[in-house]
Amino acid sequence: MTEPVLTVENVTMRFGGIVANQNVNFKVDKGAITALIGPNGAGKTTLFNCITGFYRASEGRIVLSTAEGPRDIGALLSRPIVGGSHLVTRAGIARTFQNIRLFREMTVVENLLVAQHLDTEANLLSGVFKSAVFRRAEAEAVERAFYWLGQMNLVDDANRLAGELPYGRQRRLEIARAMCTSPRLICLDEPAAGLNPAETIELSEVIQRLRADHDLTVMVIEHDMHLVMSISDHVVVFDHGVVIADGTPKEVANDPAVVAAYLGVEEKEVAE
Amino acid sequence: MDNAKIPAKLLKEAVFTFVLSLIVFGPISGLVLTGFTVENKLARPLIIASVVTIGRVLFTLFLETSLGRRLIARMAGTAGSGVTVESGNERFPYAAVAIAFAVGLAFPLMADEYWLGVAILALIYVLLGLGLNIVVGLAGLLDLGFVAFYAVGAYLLALGAQYLGLGFWGALALAPLIAAFCGMVLAFPVLRMHGDYLAIVTLGFGEIIRLVLNNWLDFTGGPNGAAVPAPTFLGLEFTRTARQGGTPFHEFFGISYSADYKFWFIYLVLFLVVAAVIYVVNRLKSMPIGRLWEALREDEIACRSLGVNHVATKLSAFMLGASTGGVAGVFFAVHQGFVNPTSFTFFESALILAIVVLGGLGSTLGVVMAALVLTILPEVLRDFAEYRVLVFGILMVVMMVWRPRGLVRIKRPAFFPSSAPAAVPALAAAEAAQ
Ligand SMILES: Nc1ncnc2c1ncn2[C@@H]1O[C@H](COP(=O)(O)OP(=O)(O)OP(=O)(O)O)[C@@H](O)[C@H]1O
Ligand SMILES: [Mg+2]
Repeated sequence: MTEPVLTVENVTMRFGGIVANQNVNFKVDKGAITALIGPNGAGKTTLFNCITGFYRASEGRIVLSTAEGPRDIGALLSRPIVGGSHLVTRAGIARTFQNIRLFREMTVVENLLVAQHLDTEANLLSGVFKSAVFRRAEAEAVERAFYWLGQMNLVDDANRLAGELPYGRQRRLEIARAMCTSPRLICLDEPAAGLNPAETIELSEVIQRLRADHDLTVMVIEHDMHLVMSISDHVVVFDHGVVIADGTPKEVANDPAVVAAYLGVEEKEVAE
Repeated sequence: MDNAKIPAKLLKEAVFTFVLSLIVFGPISGLVLTGFTVENKLARPLIIASVVTIGRVLFTLFLETSLGRRLIARMAGTAGSGVTVESGNERFPYAAVAIAFAVGLAFPLMADEYWLGVAILALIYVLLGLGLNIVVGLAGLLDLGFVAFYAVGAYLLALGAQYLGLGFWGALALAPLIAAFCGMVLAFPVLRMHGDYLAIVTLGFGEIIRLVLNNWLDFTGGPNGAAVPAPTFLGLEFTRTARQGGTPFHEFFGISYSADYKFWFIYLVLFLVVAAVIYVVNRLKSMPIGRLWEALREDEIACRSLGVNHVATKLSAFMLGASTGGVAGVFFAVHQGFVNPTSFTFFESALILAIVVLGGLGSTLGVVMAALVLTILPEVLRDFAEYRVLVFGILMVVMMVWRPRGLVRIKRPAFFPSSAPAAVPALAAAEAAQ
């Protein structure tokens, strides 16, 4: 568990005058659960957006190691004409969003089928004439969708509209959908936000099972400290766009800078 | 509502309605311009306002009856989310489709020349509606200049015949390609942008095409338009005497000449093309590409996070929509026998958009029905020609209030696994513990 899947080197992200991330460095180990924590507005989501290719970092490098060798996220984005964030997903990074983004007027299964678009038959003629290849690919995609619904305990909701599901299930569906892209690294942005305690426990089991069974590396942004401390192997703490602590949950919890950031103590006092 | 409050509510409504209608009708009916002086005819707005008020009071009273209440309940039920999921037990209506197909094929035998013309026009709008439905209804890209591709198809036949000797069949085969190419050239630079820009650019493109057709006198014939040759079928011509070097249809079969044969022929080919396009569009909707279009309409950012190349996907919707519009243009040209730029104004784009919206964005059956209604209704209402636009407007308002999601409700397909997957025990236990 030492080989890093993701390396973030000197990443700075600016929006005009606002510096959302400044000189961020850390590594994500293969098979680990890495948590990003920090107060509101600390720049956690912004960093996720840089990692998943929604923003291009103003400075620095983010490198994903894949089976075919290292991939620089910035280079994927700046490929002429075909470049874009979709290449980052294809390289193996999936994500969920802080405000759930499902295809609300499509069914739960359809949401998962969309995520498998690279595996289904793309040939137009073969689809129009329902060729055997097409039918087999579709049937396999439906099977895979139901496999993930089973994993997330959503099978009973398979043929409901995604927008009609209760909030907790929408969160799980979003994770299932991200998993359908067969990622190496999944980035979960506040997956426990809005869940009740029982659902949060269920979620932590789901995350740990995904990691154990599916050769997956997990990054998670979370405000629920209990969840963070219980599941993560590695915690990175942000404040005002800067990494103020980086280590195991225990190290981080005892770090005076982290305590100060969370309790709002003046930095002078910490130095004293 | 309890009955004691009704009189007070009625009074309030009546006064409100009366004042409002006075404000609305006062200036337009109360002041009459004669020469350079303004005559006061204030009795007229008073009468109109009273009529409106009485109508409003009667309407409110009606809604308080049990019948009215049931009506309100029903409307409230249909106005909600317009999307439902199939149960999985639906059977494909083979019989209904077969009957519709047979009736459509046999239609020329029943109709006179006038109604055949109306039917051809209606089918052309069905085709246009189906094309725009891919772009607006499925992919959610607002295209206000769809008429441009219609014009491309029509002028392809007219100018192709004039300069290159292109015939009906050649144009029919080329139109989808050329229209799709135009769609690609237009859309590629703007598809990366947000929806509103696309609407403006397409609006501009529609007007540019029309202005070019209008002003490039030497090439397009300008406002005078261009003639379109009659169609041929395996070298048989539908004119009285052969003009394009073939044999006239009636001579070949040894029957007497009738001008109707040409329209029969156009109708039948058009009908088959429409049937094929309906089939293809329906298949596309249950194919990965169709699901991607709809997913893009729902949430573009989520699509990108799933590895969807949103530019290529939008481009494919735009090109397929444009090519359908191009085919419709060829039929329009060959049916009219003549094209000129006045057929391709913004009003056409708006009408096609109205078809798609009325049909219920994304529903094939809805689009077909809306296209038929919107083209046949004006013919039926010919006696009220002066009020056509008014009736049209009222119809749109009523539709938007009553059925804001379009005529036909969208149904999503249901999927079932071939075998029940094993539930994960730990999870099931956790859920049971709740
Ligand atoms: N697109 C943008 N344009 C300008 N400023 C932005 C943009 N996105 C984020 N910011 C700014 O960057 C800072 C960090 O925001 P970010 O969303 O990353 O915080 P966060 O750590 O995810 O907070 P939260 O816990 O509330 O989700 C904020 O000050 C925010 O206003
Ligand atoms: Mg955030």
